[in-house]
Amino acid sequence: MDFLNALVALTNFVIIPATAYGSQLALGALGVTLIYGILRFSNFAHGDTMAFGAMVTILVTWAFQKMGVSIAPLPTALLALPFGIAATAALVIGTDRAVYRFYREKKAAPVTLVIVSMGVMFVMNGLVRFIIGVDDQRFGDGARFIISARDFKEMTGLREGLAIKTSAGLTIITAVIVVAALFWFLNKTRTGKSMRAYSDNEDLALLSGINPERVVMVTWLIVAALATIAGTLYGLDKSFKPFTYFQLLLPIFASAIVGGLGNPLGAIAGGFLIAYSEVAVTYAWKKVLTYSLPESFAPEGLAQLLSTDYKHAVSFVILIIVLLFKPTGLFKGKSV
Amino acid sequence: MTMRGALYFALVALALLGTGLFSSWTVALTILNMGLISAIMSLGVNLQWGYAGLFNVGVAGFVALGGLGAVLMSMSPVGEAWSAGGGRLVLALVIALGTLVGAIALWKRLSRYRVPALVVLLLVGFFAYRAVFDPAVEAIEAVDPSVTGYLGGLGLPVLFGWPFGALLAAGAAWIVGKTALGLRSDYLAIATLGIAEIVVAVLKNEDWLARGVKNVYGVPRPVPYEIDLQNSTRFVEWMQNWGFDPVVGSAVVVKLCYSALFLVVLLALIWMAEMALRSPWGRLMRAIRDNEEAAEAMGKDVTRRHLQIFVLGSAVCGLAGAMMVTLDGQLTPGAYQPLRFTFLIWVMVIVGGSGNNWGAVLGGILIWFFWVQVEPMGQWLMQAITAGMAEDSDLRSHLLDSAAHMRLLTMGLVLLIVLRFSPRGLIPEK
Repeated sequence: MDFLNALVALTNFVIIPATAYGSQLALGALGVTLIYGILRFSNFAHGDTMAFGAMVTILVTWAFQKMGVSIAPLPTALLALPFGIAATAALVIGTDRAVYRFYREKKAAPVTLVIVSMGVMFVMNGLVRFIIGVDDQRFGDGARFIISARDFKEMTGLREGLAIKTSAGLTIITAVIVVAALFWFLNKTRTGKSMRAYSDNEDLALLSGINPERVVMVTWLIVAALATIAGTLYGLDKSFKPFTYFQLLLPIFASAIVGGLGNPLGAIAGGFLIAYSEVAVTYAWKKVLTYSLPESFAPEGLAQLLSTDYKHAVSFVILIIVLLFKPTGLFKGKSV
Repeated sequence: MTMRGALYFALVALALLGTGLFSSWTVALTILNMGLISAIMSLGVNLQWGYAGLFNVGVAGFVALGGLGAVLMSMSPVGEAWSAGGGRLVLALVIALGTLVGAIALWKRLSRYRVPALVVLLLVGFFAYRAVFDPAVEAIEAVDPSVTGYLGGLGLPVLFGWPFGALLAAGAAWIVGKTALGLRSDYLAIATLGIAEIVVAVLKNEDWLARGVKNVYGVPRPVPYEIDLQNSTRFVEWMQNWGFDPVVGSAVVVKLCYSALFLVVLLALIWMAEMALRSPWGRLMRAIRDNEEAAEAMGKDVTRRHLQIFVLGSAVCGLAGAMMVTLDGQLTPGAYQPLRFTFLIWVMVIVGGSGNNWGAVLGGILIWFFWVQVEPMGQWLMQAITAGMAEDSDLRSHLLDSAAHMRLLTMGLVLLIVLRFSPRGLIPEK
């Protein structure tokens, strides 16, 4: 038995990756939930909005790298992020003007807007594939690790190493800053308050003189920022491939629904719940168990509950359980 | 069907004839066959969306399940694999099913301690299942993995696989519908998105079931093989009498056999769908779609009707999936891309005219025709655009390489434009 090594292995393989992934999901789910709260439909194009934002960031990063601009040890992508956000904001606000506004003025049924968002997804997906192609793109640079496994072993003398990737650390820190800024904005500023009022009760908000078009525009701006940050962080941490962003839709929606659609706090909780479950269920526990159990109980197999190919099944099962027992989500979301 | 509808169909026929005359008949018939299958898929989606306003984003999953049905019925059983681990595998599946049924029963019976009891039952069941399942799978997949490595099917004629594929899809749809219907409309969309991803993941990874990404080849055909026709003296003489090349002729004849088969299924489905639409049941469906509250106030069970039509529509998609595997002669799980099998079908339904069966069929064949033809058009367009650029320009080679992605962009734009300016589609609902 060796609890210290078990703890280090657990932190290294489960807690840190899951926290980073959870932050990415939470940022994505925040975008989905904000659109749901203000515009009242599930935006199927969100995954591809993330892909678009990440793509612009990557292109600008490459340009910076060519020019020799760098903020080492931090990845250059951070410097490129504002450009990505600006381009994405232009894209989504343009889309809103050209596509969504028409249906909003007609007061179309939410399901119509969902189908429209599917069409938007098609176009954005095509655009991303057209510009950057379908292949994996790597754009991370700067220091690879905050602590590498070897340094950690030398420092502590333990058998297990603890490695913290820069991208993972960066993801968590950025997510904390972004979420704090978002909540400050929603709770303290006048515009944020008007957004919440509009989300809670549209008629009352209109009656008190809130300009709906302005609220919608600010929402899209925030969503563009959230999507670009989430997409870039995910791409830095794993890799950028347009199709994976489409596949992220399921865990992102699951996070938003688990937390309660329309509730920002719920989106964050949902993101971490989904991420921790996914990593816990698909991680091979052999190492941790071997350290923490007496020798005679040590597992022979990998002690992996589900192969990583089925990681999306985890979000799906959680989604189904929530829909069966608590369709409004863990935190109080919008009505069923 | 109105004059306008008939005109559209005539135009599609003309386009196909043109392809046959100017390109080749095998190409035209290949497009037609896949177009007929697409038409059946869009009939299925039209049942759900056009009749009931249900949004299914998991068409690819139901189509894939249908394909699995065809394989499980028609491939010959692998006796060695069955004796190696078939019994144990069945036992494992029974354990899994028993655990789930037990869990549901437990949840309904117990009132105190039901959460801990449920957790214990699920954990015990899961580990028992894995203990039996893992060695069985290993044994099965070890049996001649390059050729079989799976349990095989029942060895029945492939036509039996069609209804079976529909049944599989219906089963999956029932599970999804039971949980997600009756809630917000978006929830069904997200749940179907999930089930489709999981079905495809299972098909890709469970090699014992249908060989996973190694694909199942040589699915038996309901029609003769080209090579047999070419070896038959009567067929060769018959072709020569008409003045055709027997090799080309055999390919065309086989494709025509498929077309006839698919056409029969399609017409039968249209007939059934039209009868259903005009029956009291169809009126009830449209009443629910147009005003759920009113229908509910009249004492109609909306959720149950929704479940019914959702299962029916998915079954039709499954049937189409089984037909597609029969046409291709193989099951390739990697091919079930949501963009191709879900969203393209939606474009077909919306463009054709949601709520109108003839519209869905027209959309299916028409959009399929364009899907196949847009790629060469895109290539041509890109050639034209980049003609003025330098031979070795990076931008030029990039544009030429990306021409393939023009299709997604075009289809997305078509969908958005039709939704905005002509939401009722080419052949609107009456």
